[in-house]
Amino acid sequence: MTTATRSRTILDPTSERTVAERQRLARPASLRGVTVGLLDISKPRGDVFLDRLEERLVGVGANVKRYRKPTFTKPAPVDLRHQISVECQVVIEALAD
Amino acid sequence: MAATDRSTTLPDGIVVVVKEECATCHSVTSVLMQLADATPLTVFTQDDPRFPAEPAAIHDADLSISWHHDIETVPTVIRVVDGIEVERTVGWHRDEWERVTGVGGLGPDLPKMRPGCGSMSVDPDLVDELNVRFGASVLGSRRVAVADAEDEMEMMFTRGWTDGLPVVPPTEQRVMRMLTGTSRAPSDIVATVPPDLVDVTVEKVAIAAVMAGCLPEYLPWVLTAVEAACNSEFNMHGLLATTMPVGPVIVCSGPGTRRIGMNSGGNALGQGNRANSTIGRALQLVVRNVGGGRPGEVDRATHGNPGKVGFCFAENDTESPYGTLAAEHGIEPGVDALTVFAGEGTRCVVDQLSREPESLARSLAANLQALHHPKLVLGFDAILVMGPEHARVFADAGWSREQIVAGISTHLNRSGAELVRGADGMAEGLPEAFADAPSLPKFRAGGLMLTYAGGGAGLFSEIIGGWANGDIGSKPVTRAVTY
Repeated sequence: MTTATRSRTILDPTSERTVAERQRLARPASLRGVTVGLLDISKPRGDVFLDRLEERLVGVGANVKRYRKPTFTKPAPVDLRHQISVECQVVIEALAD
Repeated sequence: MAATDRSTTLPDGIVVVVKEECATCHSVTSVLMQLADATPLTVFTQDDPRFPAEPAAIHDADLSISWHHDIETVPTVIRVVDGIEVERTVGWHRDEWERVTGVGGLGPDLPKMRPGCGSMSVDPDLVDELNVRFGASVLGSRRVAVADAEDEMEMMFTRGWTDGLPVVPPTEQRVMRMLTGTSRAPSDIVATVPPDLVDVTVEKVAIAAVMAGCLPEYLPWVLTAVEAACNSEFNMHGLLATTMPVGPVIVCSGPGTRRIGMNSGGNALGQGNRANSTIGRALQLVVRNVGGGRPGEVDRATHGNPGKVGFCFAENDTESPYGTLAAEHGIEPGVDALTVFAGEGTRCVVDQLSREPESLARSLAANLQALHHPKLVLGFDAILVMGPEHARVFADAGWSREQIVAGISTHLNRSGAELVRGADGMAEGLPEAFADAPSLPKFRAGGLMLTYAGGGAGLFSEIIGGWANGDIGSKPVTRAVTY
């Protein structure tokens, strides 16, 4: 291999990870009797939005569970994500500012 | 690897490595004859396979023996037992040769000693190629071939690997050379990089350092910056995801900053110095390419700031009247260290008239109060970069670091009534619950940090504003540099 050809090979600077594509769950036909998780990301006034959502959801027969991230600046802790995944069939995450 | 190891294992007995071009090697050919008669001897020659004429030598044509056994000087004499090197000597030194070979009366006509010559395997023109030929198998990254008709610079833009400026193509030779800057193995995990939470190796950091334009001696600083930035405390994920204009600001100190030629003087926060310009850029390229943190994706900044290409500078710690930021965070003075800070761009404070510390403290406070919004307090930290002429006002009055911070902070207290939403005709402000607070400081304890950098002339200081601080956002992280 000559120097000239070697300089035409470079090293991949990326993580070289292939992104895992996950299939979304089918949209439920109705929310009646379904447990819906509402995740407050701790932004100011996100609770106002979620309170209203809870009223609407309960109105259509859904069960609502409320969750809250410790801070909006960091991803939800893994334990919280797991808890939501086992307690709810549907989750709504509120982004408010 | 096993085959390579076997082929480069040295034969038992005495091994001597020579080259024809070396005068000292010529002068010891008679000694080699003496050794050949007295002990099992193998001679390797680097350049001319016919040298020496006697005893016959093996041609180390590809320099694999020389490279694998770290031959830096010829002649080198090595005693080998069971395939393992026991001891060696270099050049010609009669006593040493007799001790290593166990043969007496060597070279009676020669002077007592004569220095050797440089080995071809460390020839500056060859060493990078040899490092790739024999050492690149340690590199695990995918090799990406560039087509003959392809412009490699454009190809890296097209693949999204750059920050918008051209990058140095990370060839095997360049990455191997970069890795000489650290004692750490290429496969070592440095940190887990957000947002994709990917374990990054020393090798991938070295690739980013090459692309950013770093020299090998900067690599320990880049590795330390990656470690300091990629953890929950500093919260690099949050820095990316926020709409605020912040990025990692790296403040370096210690004698190593001078060894690598960092700028802590005139234009320290600006362009023109290779180390300042490339260390911070390398960190950001790691976040971009390894972590997957890209503008418009997880990076949601509304405006960003020009420092997000890379923002790194050194403190002038030899002349600082109040020590370093690293020392403020518990690092012993004189130790190479860096602090990463979630910072925006710089804001200049002009005060060309204050000659008394009290007056200057008030000026600085008036500007600091406005950080992000005059009515928002306790939520943001700041670094104050004082130049020599402002710092001297405090130093001449005998104010310590603590006194300067306290002196400025005295003028950064406001009543809750002044700060609540709606006060002074501005909707922005603190919640109404703070209305009765008699006095609220602008900064949390430790939230106003001092550094010392800048050129000789100019009665100015620079403010680098922070982002959401503490547990809810980002804490400055200080680390000693690991080499």
